[in-house]
Amino acid sequence: MTKKVTVLEVALRDGSHAIRHQYTVDQVVEVTKGLNEAKVPYVEVSHGDGIGGSSVQYGMSKVNDIELIRAAKEVSDFSKISVLLLPGIGTVEDLKEAREAGADMVRIATHVTEADVSRQHIVAAKEMGMEVVGFLMMAHMAAPEKVLEQAQLMESYGADIIYATDSAGALLPHEVTERIELLVKELNVPVGFHAHNNLGLAMGNTLAAAEAGATFLDGSARALGAGAGNTQTEVMAAALDKAGYETGIDIFKLMDVAEDLVAPIIETPQIIDRDSLTLGYAGVYSSFKLFAQREGERYGIDSRDILMELGRQGVVGGQEDMVADVASQMAANK
Amino acid sequence: MARKIRAGIIGPGNIGSDLMMKLLRSDKLEVNSMYGIDNDSRGMQMARENGLKTFDNGIDGIYELIEDERPEIIFDATSAGAHQHNSKVTEELGIRMIDLTPAAVGPFVSPSVNLEEHIDQSNVNMITCGGQATTPIVAAINDVVPVDYAEIVATISSESAGPGTRANIDEFTETTADALEVVGGAKKGKAIIILNPAEPPIIMRDTIYTIVDGDFDEAEVVKAIRDREKEIQAYVPGYALRQDPVIDGNTIAVYVQVEGAGDYLPIYSGNLDIMTASAIGVANRIAEKMLEAEEVAK
Repeated sequence: MTKKVTVLEVALRDGSHAIRHQYTVDQVVEVTKGLNEAKVPYVEVSHGDGIGGSSVQYGMSKVNDIELIRAAKEVSDFSKISVLLLPGIGTVEDLKEAREAGADMVRIATHVTEADVSRQHIVAAKEMGMEVVGFLMMAHMAAPEKVLEQAQLMESYGADIIYATDSAGALLPHEVTERIELLVKELNVPVGFHAHNNLGLAMGNTLAAAEAGATFLDGSARALGAGAGNTQTEVMAAALDKAGYETGIDIFKLMDVAEDLVAPIIETPQIIDRDSLTLGYAGVYSSFKLFAQREGERYGIDSRDILMELGRQGVVGGQEDMVADVASQMAANK
Repeated sequence: MARKIRAGIIGPGNIGSDLMMKLLRSDKLEVNSMYGIDNDSRGMQMARENGLKTFDNGIDGIYELIEDERPEIIFDATSAGAHQHNSKVTEELGIRMIDLTPAAVGPFVSPSVNLEEHIDQSNVNMITCGGQATTPIVAAINDVVPVDYAEIVATISSESAGPGTRANIDEFTETTADALEVVGGAKKGKAIIILNPAEPPIIMRDTIYTIVDGDFDEAEVVKAIRDREKEIQAYVPGYALRQDPVIDGNTIAVYVQVEGAGDYLPIYSGNLDIMTASAIGVANRIAEKMLEAEEVAK
């Protein structure tokens, strides 16, 4: 029996971290056109930290993300456009602009234990007629029961889909299975999974999630994403097909998008280098990698030591300023 | 003994109770009444134990007091919605209002920046915790070199983020961004808030980034920031820079932490303490001025 799953492409959002939020309109248009032709159901376009994320803290966007969303929407008659919003960073006002620019779906992302800050945005998005995803980040930092409790909050606010998100690429396959199985069993809405490849497990974890009943799966073409990148979408499409899942994606066309359009955008290879591996090992938010490298250089400290210390301190997504803070304290104590 | 100015508090929650503890120590203010909705709540009980009159019909309880017993300064520690009615009552009775809600009916006030400018206003607003911790630094930099852009990141422990903040987190980011412009003097402001659930709870931190316009003397900017830090410490003792400002071209990064005084709230709640301590700082100065005026009148 074939099981249907829905793939969501994040290279134009998560990949924004890896290129320091320097996407141009042309790049977004070309990639979106290709994904649209390859019949990828959803394409996410935003600053890496979501709409409104352009900042000194995370990096200034080269092009305002609302403009990128509008450009993507204009060239996609099949793929729906998704945006990411982190309450505390982006606001309902930002969401209204994104909606006006053509966004069909919004993923409201909170730390895995802080779901209640998403109510305001989930309710507003539903009122705007959008499809709404509750996106629980850093899912490795909470036990499955806690993830479920928080997911149920988001469901109660009106989320149509709930994601468990392995932002640090720190989960092992059995831990993915535990979380997804529980969510699928207890929630009344579809469940999704988002991976990072910091421990080399993105593809395996995604298959484990599908096996456990997740029906929304994130990938990034050519793995263009924060840290070691995400589950490589074209690889995922092929592997899912072989495993008996139906994605509706034209796999060869998607391979071409990855190879011909996305690969030239990539600045440093999406491999598991020592810093990416340390992200997964320490359980640290994947976008911290470039910041740890920068501050490591500034203070003459091994970026891996900074990442390990951030992991020990339980730093969560969005705390990029802590990278500089921790590095300077370490330098002072050397 | 010199007369003290009578003070009252609306909202006997965490903020209201902490305000009470601080007011009980004040040499210019005497807190005499608490306005809540539930006589059996912990805050109301504590108020009575400390000799305050309590009213469970909110601010309307004030009409039960004779004029000589009515507070001359009222702190509102309720919500933006409730503040609309509360401020009407204090306005009608000619009572000075210090608003700790996000209602912003009156002008934003930060004690070390613009208190004197607004000292005679009938209603002043205390911005947000992030606003109190960061706008003074932005203003200090702006006094030396024009600030084109100011951005702050407030990180607070999940424990200290109350239900009001959680239900309307946009109010925090939008109000704080406004205050970076209005009080800080930046041409454009942006605010970010992060909740961190680590145990034990983390102490409030604020990172202040400014992008300035034109050349500037680095030593002069650092001195202005350090001087402002001392001024803030006069009313918020737990306020401190975590390291020297980091200057990178036209971008200045200032890392701050705010440890609470531990009066009623735990010390990690620096975000709440900076609000109550700043509000007391404002009230003390208003009281001082009221008493001075009385002396002159004699």
